[in-house]
Amino acid sequence: MTRAAVDVNSVTKRFGDTTALDSISFDVAPGELFGLLGPDGAGKTTLFRILTTLLVPDAGTATVLGRDVVREFWDIRARVGYMPGRFALYADLSVEENLAFFASVFGTSIAAGRALIDPIYRQIEPFRDRRAGALSGGMKQKLALSCALVHRPELLLLDEPTTGVDAVSRREFWELLAELRASGLTIIASTPYMDEAARCDRVALMQGGKLLAIDAPDAVGRRFPRALFAVRGSPRAALLAALRAFPHAASAYPFGETVHFSDARGGVDATRVVEELRAHLQAAQLSDVVITPIAPGIEDAFMELMGNTAGVAA
Amino acid sequence: MTERAADPAIAARNLTRRFGSFTAVDHISFDVRAGEVFGFLGANGAGKTTAIRILTGLLAPSDGEATVAGFDVRTQIDQVRSRIGYMSQRFSLYEDLTVRENITLYGGIYGLSDAVIAERRDRMLDELKFTPPVTALVQSLPLGWKQKLAFSVALLHQPAVVFLDEPTGGVDPITRRQFWELIYQAAARGTTVFVTTHYLDEAEYCDRLSIMVDGRLAALGTPAALKAEFGVATLDDVFVTLVRGPATAGAV
Repeated sequence: MTRAAVDVNSVTKRFGDTTALDSISFDVAPGELFGLLGPDGAGKTTLFRILTTLLVPDAGTATVLGRDVVREFWDIRARVGYMPGRFALYADLSVEENLAFFASVFGTSIAAGRALIDPIYRQIEPFRDRRAGALSGGMKQKLALSCALVHRPELLLLDEPTTGVDAVSRREFWELLAELRASGLTIIASTPYMDEAARCDRVALMQGGKLLAIDAPDAVGRRFPRALFAVRGSPRAALLAALRAFPHAASAYPFGETVHFSDARGGVDATRVVEELRAHLQAAQLSDVVITPIAPGIEDAFMELMGNTAGVAA
Repeated sequence: MTERAADPAIAARNLTRRFGSFTAVDHISFDVRAGEVFGFLGANGAGKTTAIRILTGLLAPSDGEATVAGFDVRTQIDQVRSRIGYMSQRFSLYEDLTVRENITLYGGIYGLSDAVIAERRDRMLDELKFTPPVTALVQSLPLGWKQKLAFSVALLHQPAVVFLDEPTGGVDPITRRQFWELIYQAAARGTTVFVTTHYLDEAEYCDRLSIMVDGRLAALGTPAALKAEFGVATLDDVFVTLVRGPATAGAV
């Protein structure tokens, strides 16, 4: 049986009064593209810092590539590539100098790592003499990824690689990760963007230092416990208020051009909910009402698992 | 609708900014109506930040003109600055000051009297249902509270226009939605909201939005009109079509 690439058992990390990680357990299989999904403060960066052996857990154990993160940290460091959330390259060194530096730190050369980084580095190579500090955001990101890969790690850890990046560049970055995954690399990437989770083999939903769920992206939506409906109507503000005022409302949240509504009654026929809802919305003077039963997605499940009823209470 | 009679909150005409041989903002023209929630979208490097810096009086245009709240961004910078609010994901409040100190500082910067600051502070915290103590350091607050507080502080001097630069980056999906309800409340009170975001579902919440590509305003309209114009189902597809070319829309 192949061992897990990453195995985390009941890991806890506190900073003063704050519990950044609260008894977290999960494992990542070799070759898996694993997503850590959650807002700022969920504990994603702390988890990365433990897996990269930069922080020691207060309780629990973790292994990376079969090695203990506390006792065998030196052995781990040479085998993982880490792209931190903040730009951590040398702004005054050129593109090529940065890459050569990271290669030399790991006792290798750009030439040795070239095959792995080629699809990425090719795109920034025309600017190899430019100072890293003078690159655009997208090019900085590609250089940082090249530097994290130049020593041919077995595990790639990416802390919010797409935060603050536009929607098109985000897609392109995930396409790049899919290529790397196809080459056999194990990848753990964190993101606050729920839509990116669909690109992962499995995702861990994190909030406030806790794991809310771990599952395949498709399966996460199925954890939503009630029937869900996408509702259109105008005016929008009145639509939201009317849905929250529906006597059986469990949740009502804006989702793009619709509002996602769930009914608190279990086992009620969807057709009946649609009919009752339509009558309720018409009585509230809403126009252009369209109600469609839909399959819950990751973001629906995430909000449900957060255990917050603000959608109705507000 | 009565917007025809009212002066626009923002009016840009052939607004242009060059840096050396590079044209960051290339003859953009648009109006934002008073009380409108206006989305300002674009790829990284498309010129959004440069345009915002011009509209907030931080950078002079190379060419063209713009008024904000009726004042010229080139010649009436002080009048513009006193009538706008600004909030971004990266910079909002001073982390090592308390909640109360931040409010007092911003109120003072905008020339409000102590009595007015105290009155607006109490009303603001009440409306936010703000539960942490006012003596708490901002750095100790959860991100969601920080962002909601930063937004309210940006409105403390009752600006005509508030600029929000990726205000919801990194916040959880429930707080993100609560934040948009605050935006709607501000707009309903007549504040014009000029907002950038990388979340295209949030672009749907705007009355109208524009998409910048390579310094130009490549699209402008209501979310529904833009989807109809490009013949696609989502704003995500509109965005990808504009930025990457028509063949790639839908290829997630």
